[in-house]
Amino acid sequence: MARPLQGQQQGQMMHVRKGSLDSFIEPLLALNALLAYSFLYLPIAVLVLFSFSASRYASIWGGFSLEWYAKLFHNPDIFQALLNSLLIAAATTSIATVLGTLAAVGLERLPDRRRASHYDVALTLPILVPDIVQAIALLLFFVLVFNGLEYVLDWRPALGRTTVIIAHAVFAIAYVAVVVRARLSGMDERLEEAAMDLGANEWQVFQRITLPLIWPGVLSGGLLAFTLSLDEFVITFFTSGPGATTLPIQVWSMVKRGVTPEINALSTLMLLTSIALVTLSVVLQRRR
Amino acid sequence: MPRYAWLGGLVLAIVVVVGVILAVNFDTTKTLRIFIWEEYIDPEVFRLFEREFGARVIEDNYGSNEDMRAKLQAGGTVYDLVVPSDYMVVLLRKEDLLLPIDLSHIPNLQYLGARFRDPPYDPGHRYSVPYQWGITGIGYNKSQVMPPPTRWTDLFEPTRIELYKNRISMLNDMREVIAAALVAAGHSPESSDPQHLAQAQALLLRQKPFLAKYDSESFEDSLASGETVLAHGWSGEIAMAQAQNPDIAFVVPAEGTFVFVDNWAIPKGARQKELAEAFMNFVLRPEISAMIVNHARYASVNDAARAYIKPEILNGPSYAWPEDAKLWWLHDFSDAGRLYERVWLELKGR
Amino acid sequence: MAIWCLLPPAAWLGLFAFLPLGIVMVISLTERGSPVAWELTLGNYARLADPLLLTIMGRSLWMACVTTVLCLVFGYPLAYFIVQRRMPARRWLYFLTVLPLWANSLVLTYAWMVVLRADGVVDQLARLAGWLGTHQSLNWLYTPGAVMMGLVYWYLPFMVYPIYSSLEKFDWRLVEAAQDLGATRVAAFFKVLLPLTWPGVLAGGLLVFIPALSNFVVPQFLGGAKAALIGNVIQERFLSQPQDWPLGSALALVIMLVISLAIWAYFKFAHEGEAIG
Repeated sequence: MARPLQGQQQGQMMHVRKGSLDSFIEPLLALNALLAYSFLYLPIAVLVLFSFSASRYASIWGGFSLEWYAKLFHNPDIFQALLNSLLIAAATTSIATVLGTLAAVGLERLPDRRRASHYDVALTLPILVPDIVQAIALLLFFVLVFNGLEYVLDWRPALGRTTVIIAHAVFAIAYVAVVVRARLSGMDERLEEAAMDLGANEWQVFQRITLPLIWPGVLSGGLLAFTLSLDEFVITFFTSGPGATTLPIQVWSMVKRGVTPEINALSTLMLLTSIALVTLSVVLQRRR
Repeated sequence: MPRYAWLGGLVLAIVVVVGVILAVNFDTTKTLRIFIWEEYIDPEVFRLFEREFGARVIEDNYGSNEDMRAKLQAGGTVYDLVVPSDYMVVLLRKEDLLLPIDLSHIPNLQYLGARFRDPPYDPGHRYSVPYQWGITGIGYNKSQVMPPPTRWTDLFEPTRIELYKNRISMLNDMREVIAAALVAAGHSPESSDPQHLAQAQALLLRQKPFLAKYDSESFEDSLASGETVLAHGWSGEIAMAQAQNPDIAFVVPAEGTFVFVDNWAIPKGARQKELAEAFMNFVLRPEISAMIVNHARYASVNDAARAYIKPEILNGPSYAWPEDAKLWWLHDFSDAGRLYERVWLELKGR
Repeated sequence: MAIWCLLPPAAWLGLFAFLPLGIVMVISLTERGSPVAWELTLGNYARLADPLLLTIMGRSLWMACVTTVLCLVFGYPLAYFIVQRRMPARRWLYFLTVLPLWANSLVLTYAWMVVLRADGVVDQLARLAGWLGTHQSLNWLYTPGAVMMGLVYWYLPFMVYPIYSSLEKFDWRLVEAAQDLGATRVAAFFKVLLPLTWPGVLAGGLLVFIPALSNFVVPQFLGGAKAALIGNVIQERFLSQPQDWPLGSALALVIMLVISLAIWAYFKFAHEGEAIG
């Protein structure tokens, strides 16, 4: 159902009549785009380039070399950090996708619209609160909880992957909810009403009608959560513990002692991976 | 209604199972968890230790004493060994975050240099065992800075530094920077006299426009690569810079400078106290200490290790200083604390 | 059913988002200690009236505002340009805009240092163009300009994303209708397109302004740690010297207050935008 609309929009765009300023505006837009993309990709180009540099310093070119890629494969710290990052991102995405979608659906279906808009704000709070504030809040929270548990149960849990996942899930839920909400509000309510008229109960409506329609939103929300979790530094830094070092934290501590081009190599590989993933998803979509 | 409860229960179950799987550590072998500065020890040392003691070593890193302390204060992080600097040992003790050490497990303490026995920040080594040490000084590029610096004032006087505008770095460390300014102004580095601090602040504000940056982490890289030509820094890092770029030299300022010692300590909650003590003893073996020095280039507290250390390191910034150099310990100052913070905030805030 | 749906996320957020914020509030009312001395005091808020802290706060707000405006000025036309393209190109261009988020932002900041440093890429290009002598440098690194540029770099994709979503859903027939009524393309933009994509603009603005306000990585690396922004002050109070959790908490709450004001403004203007549409 989405496709005809898209084509229609495209067609409509081309019917927008050109005015006198357009010979001026169109090239400006293109120039702006060119500048913007050059700006965005200049450091990435440098990043990729220096991953092939033979010099230890990521700031002096030392001749072409693949040694950093080789070193990367023999570096257990970076791999552990990468593994942790992926595990945490996966767990965060699972939790956030489920809870975020529930939140979005719940808010959309709430009969009291004024209450709903208040809850709306509350839901977006984790996006609005600066990450350093959230990080501190969670650290303090965990400290107090651990102290309490130690006092009552004589058992003290540790900061580690679990606490990081809990922390990441907080903002991830909010992002997923926002994305799914946007998708939901664009949905035609009459479909659900029609289904209910035909005798389906709320759960069936959700399962058969709503969910498939918002599914792209859920997926893109999940992808957003995954990406944000992978790159999240501040919150992870305050809430992680032994064995829970993630990639951003590993990079941070490497910066403290001199970034070697191994990280450049890793970043290049990660970029290539995400390009590959997107290409794959495009190809798969075409097949359908 | 029951269906939603079913859904909720499923969600909860998934969450709990995922959480438990990821949180539980199934380790059966003895594991030593070390929290240490990045690249501060040769990983080969861990391999040797693992083989000899049949244990596993996990290393986590931090970038500053304060990072490490914050983690210990938060509790819930279970490390067996941390590496606090001298003043941090005092602070951690005050907050009751360290376990006393059983020195009978560390006979290799006999190899400690005289300067490090019974240190003022931890008499009797009750809570810490020295590991590596260094001094603060001025690193510079011999071929670009002429005449070479010899005193702290050479880093603060505009006439001396204006030629190198934007190519000078200072440490991003409140204590070190203010101490250097105090000494350059002719006072004690731990003075809490507001007038002395005002003079130090004036020196710092006058210096700021000539600086490229405040940097405690990669100043040696900048020095080696030529980005900076004058750097306020620590001896071990300058030694590393020299290994990369032979034009780099190190000078101990004539007015005197500050010594720091990094130590092993056992935080409260450590699970493998005896293994930790065994590790401390292991690292104090002369050959092992020397291995670390040859790898990381910081000076070891182990005098007996000198026999095994590469000569160029013994002649370099880590070890080769004038005999009569005046060395201060920098303590953490809780009383004058607010005054120092003010100076630092003014320096950064303007 | 709605209530049942809301319960799990509400529980999660209540426990892990709201309660911790409450704790921050409590800590901001205590005295500093090791790490906190449990005596209640309003002293921290009194110390916020310090002209130096206010200067730093002001500078941070200024930086965040300028960053947001720059992101808008460059981001909106970029989103518009992408939306104008035909389908395969459009998807790829959009993807290219968000791909930088997949590279670690710390590493990218470091890459910017390589580009801007003395004898770096920018200097070499300027020398090639004859604008600079061989031993001269533009000295663009470690300046407030570098910090601004770093902030724009970090958050530009976040501005483009909501604006692009808005533009994608936009009904272009309205623009056509406006032109039928005699409006020029520029007028159509200001009277029709902009007001109706205003929610996207505001969302983008918030997504840029809020993190830009408390960022401490960019001022530390690209700024050479010479000009403290409020994020640096807070971070130092917790993780560095001098340790002062209560003051840090108070500062954090002040930032939240500023942001709440921004959000209040958002809702006010968002509703006005809706009224036009």
